Amino acid sequence: MPLYRDQGIVLRTHKLGEADRIITVLTRSLGKVRTVGKGVRRTKSRFGARLEPGMLVDLQCYEGRNLDTVTQAETLESWGDVCARDYDAWTAANAVLETCDRLTEEREPALQQYLLVTGAMRSLAGKEHDPNLVLDAYLLRALAVAGWAPSFHDCAKCGAEGPHRAFHIVSGGAVCSVCRPPGSSAPAPETLRLLAALLAGDWMIADSSDVRHRREGSGLTTAFLQWHLERGVRSLRMVER
Amino acid sequence: MYEGAVQDLIDELGRLPGVGPKSAQRIAFHLLQSDAVDVQRLTDALTQVKAKVRFCVICHNIAESEQCRICADPRRDLTSICVVEEPKDVVAIERTREFRGRYHVLGGAISPIDGIGPDDLTFRELMTRLASGEVTEIIIATDPNLEGEATASYLARFLKGMGIKITRLASGLPVGGDLEYADEVTLGRAFEGRRLLDA
Ligand SMILES: [Zn+2]
Ligand SMILES: [Zn+2]
Repeated sequence: MPLYRDQGIVLRTHKLGEADRIITVLTRSLGKVRTVGKGVRRTKSRFGARLEPGMLVDLQCYEGRNLDTVTQAETLESWGDVCARDYDAWTAANAVLETCDRLTEEREPALQQYLLVTGAMRSLAGKEHDPNLVLDAYLLRALAVAGWAPSFHDCAKCGAEGPHRAFHIVSGGAVCSVCRPPGSSAPAPETLRLLAALLAGDWMIADSSDVRHRREGSGLTTAFLQWHLERGVRSLRMVER
Repeated sequence: MYEGAVQDLIDELGRLPGVGPKSAQRIAFHLLQSDAVDVQRLTDALTQVKAKVRFCVICHNIAESEQCRICADPRRDLTSICVVEEPKDVVAIERTREFRGRYHVLGGAISPIDGIGPDDLTFRELMTRLASGEVTEIIIATDPNLEGEATASYLARFLKGMGIKITRLASGLPVGGDLEYADEVTLGRAFEGRRLLDA
């Protein structure tokens, strides 16, 4: 298969040599690919802004021995560009794209992750909700797809029906009074309800939540993510929450 | 692989931006065959640049004394500041002779994925410059890519409510290119930045 074509979202780019960039793209059916955009850093490049992070493209590449090369790219959605005009949406978008890059492997089809990342970017660009809520909903669901679904209701250890007061990141979320390990925290019940809503996609509850609980929820979500990913997600530090 | 000194030179040259192993080898052999005087001039230039050059205390452009040539020039307009990412952008804008104010060099663009946030750039120093109230216009001239755009939106938010006129350079179509080859974002920006023609 020397030539392939797929839809994909640009996750990040790296400079290569004088005028090229390595473009990391999560494609719909092939999974993550790393491909060279020749001459994209020149102002006269025919690719223009098409191969920048957060852009959804119809991509055609030539498969090389080490790296593939982009031969054609058409913009399907300019989410990256729309987000760059709104600082809060943009920092959230960076954290979404970096997390997606960390959770996917090259050449391993990841349709679920693709649907999540494109859904999050569409929502950020469309200013549908508070960017921080979109980010947290994405992070929780992306972790769940990766096999690390947190529990916000039933006990994460024994499954005893919730709600429970105690919460323990390492155990996987809410814990009952019997399982509760030392060092568990006790977040507000509304915060756990918000996180459950974000994981389930219940935007009615999420949008009407209180700033205090959003902040606490972001803290727990970040702690969850950092626990499961060895190195921290750099972009998260730039998100104001 | 070559012997000692030659290989060391090739290795050092290869660490420069945009220089691959082949170019490094070519430059190294060019230097080997050059006159000793020419090589000495290059050596001096390299030593001097590290010894002499520093950053302007006002605008953070490269300077040979406390202030850069532009900040030290009494004829420059003190009411407008053009904000750029790098010293090389100052040079590019100066070449146009369109701008008579002073500059502010941020030292890069905000790039969360590379760990570069607002605190790593000279936003705070810009704020200090604005404290006197002398500046009435800020022209944002960050790069016409997404990081440059995001840095501009941060700056616009940062300056909001200060009563300063904020403009962003129009990023339009490359002169000399064909319209049909422009990508959607570039073409969209060019539409936004369109200007009235005198008729
Ligand atoms: Zn239990
Ligand atoms: Zn200066």
